[in-house]
Amino acid sequence: MEQVLLGKPRAGARRMPADLADRLFIHGGQWLLLVLLILAVLLPLLAMLWRGFASEPGQGGGLTAAAELFGSANFRWLLGNSLTVSLTVAAIVVPLAYAFAYALQRTCVPAKGLWRGISLLPLLAPSILPGIALIYLFGNQGVLRHLLTDNIYGFWGIVIGEAIYTFPHALMVLVSALALADARLFDAASSMGASPWRAFRSITWPGSRQGVFAAFCLVFTLCITDFGVPVVVGGDYQVLALEAYKAVVGQQQFGRGALIGMVLLLPALFSFAVDLWLRRRQREAMSGRAQVYHPHPSRRRDLAFLVVVLLTCAALLGVFGMAVYSSLVKFWPYDLSLSLHHYAFAELPGGWQVYRNSLLLAGCTAVFGSLLTFTGAYLLEKTRQSPLTQALRLLSFVPMAVPGLVLGLGYVFFFNLPGNPLHGLYGSLTLLVACTIAHFLTTAQLTASAALRQLDGEFEAAALSLKVPLLRHFLRVTLPICLPALLDILRYLFVSAMTTVSAVIFLYSPDSLLAAIAVLNMDDAGNVGGAAAMSTLILLTSAAVSLLLAGASRGLLRRAQAWRATAGH
Amino acid sequence: MATVSLQLRDIHKAFGAFQALDGVSLDVSAGELVCLLGPSGCGKTTLLRCIAGLERQDGGKIFFGDRDVSTLPPQARDYGILFQSYALFPNLTVAQNIGYGLAGNSRETIRARVAEMLELVGLKGSEQKYPGQLSGGQQQRVALARALAPAPKLLLLDEPMSALDARVREHLCGELRRLQKSLGITTVMVTHNQDEAMLMADRIAVINHGRVEQYATPQEIYRAPATPFVAEFVGQGNWLPYERDGEHARVGALNLRLHGVRPAERGRLFCRPEAVVINPSMHEDNLFSAQMREITYLGNRCRLSFELDALPGHTLLAELAPEAMPRLAAPDIWVALPPRSLQVFV
Repeated sequence: MEQVLLGKPRAGARRMPADLADRLFIHGGQWLLLVLLILAVLLPLLAMLWRGFASEPGQGGGLTAAAELFGSANFRWLLGNSLTVSLTVAAIVVPLAYAFAYALQRTCVPAKGLWRGISLLPLLAPSILPGIALIYLFGNQGVLRHLLTDNIYGFWGIVIGEAIYTFPHALMVLVSALALADARLFDAASSMGASPWRAFRSITWPGSRQGVFAAFCLVFTLCITDFGVPVVVGGDYQVLALEAYKAVVGQQQFGRGALIGMVLLLPALFSFAVDLWLRRRQREAMSGRAQVYHPHPSRRRDLAFLVVVLLTCAALLGVFGMAVYSSLVKFWPYDLSLSLHHYAFAELPGGWQVYRNSLLLAGCTAVFGSLLTFTGAYLLEKTRQSPLTQALRLLSFVPMAVPGLVLGLGYVFFFNLPGNPLHGLYGSLTLLVACTIAHFLTTAQLTASAALRQLDGEFEAAALSLKVPLLRHFLRVTLPICLPALLDILRYLFVSAMTTVSAVIFLYSPDSLLAAIAVLNMDDAGNVGGAAAMSTLILLTSAAVSLLLAGASRGLLRRAQAWRATAGH
Repeated sequence: MATVSLQLRDIHKAFGAFQALDGVSLDVSAGELVCLLGPSGCGKTTLLRCIAGLERQDGGKIFFGDRDVSTLPPQARDYGILFQSYALFPNLTVAQNIGYGLAGNSRETIRARVAEMLELVGLKGSEQKYPGQLSGGQQQRVALARALAPAPKLLLLDEPMSALDARVREHLCGELRRLQKSLGITTVMVTHNQDEAMLMADRIAVINHGRVEQYATPQEIYRAPATPFVAEFVGQGNWLPYERDGEHARVGALNLRLHGVRPAERGRLFCRPEAVVINPSMHEDNLFSAQMREITYLGNRCRLSFELDALPGHTLLAELAPEAMPRLAAPDIWVALPPRSLQVFV
């Protein structure tokens, strides 16, 4: 057997020193990431702060203007409205989403996949769509107008619209909060004679209350920074986010917009900090030896939760169905015959070009964004930790705490600076792509990190000892294993880019007008039918792409079953 | 033979305030198999990772032969490593895994080498399987084949047996040792399992708190532990605190004869359980009366706990062959602690 080692194969031929290539990949990649994050996240935010405090005439910024703004009765009225709406929505949505998530995770309700799919519908359309549907349902000429004493415009219109828009966001947080359950705890509780209610109070609730808090904060932040719903159904009931939008887009009062933007940043930063603190305290709640909890059927409980789920889904389907239906009606409410004439988009300057812009934006965002975040996550997770990786981690967390409205304002202030060499990008689709990636960066990166952390930590060490360059290892082993997660990120970015309004609305030019923004503009111009048609188009596109990617992911999993089934160890 | 010696000179490594390695020096001869043995957290894995270049030591030098590799990255050293988890790439077939480090060679060379390695580890015909389709022991052999495929001069094994069940473990220990001997490849293996270390190693380095407590053959480690830690960590033992009484050691009311050593003022005596003689047929030194407390059957031998009549409350252990048991009907027994078996620690 000794001759085995005599025929020594060449190792490391025809390559540059592997060490050098690795350092280029790791450090080059990390520094590139740092530059991109500084340009796309940090500087725009700093520009916004600077704008808010600089007192240029006619811009409404500076300390005097700030004191005046914050002291005014109008501001207090807007702030009060914003807080009331956001708290009301959170108080309605979080319990409902908790019940829904509980039904999905802890009961034996049938057809869970279907309910889950329906509950995610609002993610696939711009936030304006529920507002439009509400107008057709309860507006002055709505089909259900007679059910209400007053019309829908105002406080309750905003609350219902926002509730629909934020429901799936809260649901996703709560579903994952309720996903982890240790069956042994429930066995222990029932063996000690605890009632289901007692078991819920002592096991389920403590394990999920952090998720409830996170969901509450998320809903609150989404509401207080959204202006899509208020602009459509708000009527005379004004809120802060809308005021910021009007200040910048309508009145060119950049300083005033920046000041309101800073106010809107506060609740997001606050809830983000508290959430982080709670998360740190509640680590290791699930031990490694926990056994997965599978609910037992219980007729009364399952029936009760089925009713909750059915009612919620019926409401969502009603709203979305109404939006789709109204886009097909010729002339509401006088000629209810069906036609596709709203889909001609004759009143839009570019017609269907707007939709193509959105497709291009979503496609670019998804492709570049997923490659960037996944590679970035790899360079953070699988390399030696250093001050640079710490800085990158911190920076890539920032977008999570920054509402799209605030980020968009920051982009206006930073890229619109006359002296900025990147000024040329202003108004271009490229900048829209950059802004959208930056906006949705954190979630994508967290998904990638979670997938990467499941891989054996010694994979890279093994590759190093075999003298395989890290980049090659990344492409040959890491990417193929993480392909499902990558497709997930791709889908998330595509759908988000397709539906987003909040950040990009400050950045588009006539050439780069997007579908979701066109919805807002058409609604503003009184063309509600066209707005409904464009919303429906976005909804269908998002749904189709989601299904396509889900199918691709499933196909991949099946093809790779040979190794994936047991890839756990 | 394409193998190499390994020298470690005064290796230091700290993680924050925790001193993981505190001046470790070791010489591993070419072709030798050395086990780094110690409890978890003792620094043995850190030491292995320093040799591999996966951690950078804070101070000290590492030589492969006469080549100083102290500051070289892992790729520039020349070793193969088998990880505790094996770290087989699940999406690559067995053949692709083994050929992973052979890029740059012709397709034909790679194929031939993979076949050669599979034959070597006894897994011929598994080329197209995925790691997930193999048993734990087979996975370990694939990982070993992958580590050996580029013909490294040094083999590093990180707890290679810990993921296997006991039955497979013993078999594979023997197999791994045979393979290592036939290849003559210098090997460093990390383990916390003394049986594995005893079974496989030419020499064992017992490590505690980042220091080498003893570096010797398995026999020496067991028969003549250099420190109380080694005595305690490897095998079972009885400890008796003593004070010096002339040439003898006084333990409570007992006077024990020692063999050829003049003890320190006070300290502890150490004695392996199997060295204790129960009911000797003729007179022995250090013979005392005792009360038997408990007998545990361990299959091939029996463990007996007893208390010396002159030292109540201090339970001691003895091990003997099961055939000797019938003679122990009564709880009253005679126990001899032969002077040669008593080791003195301060």
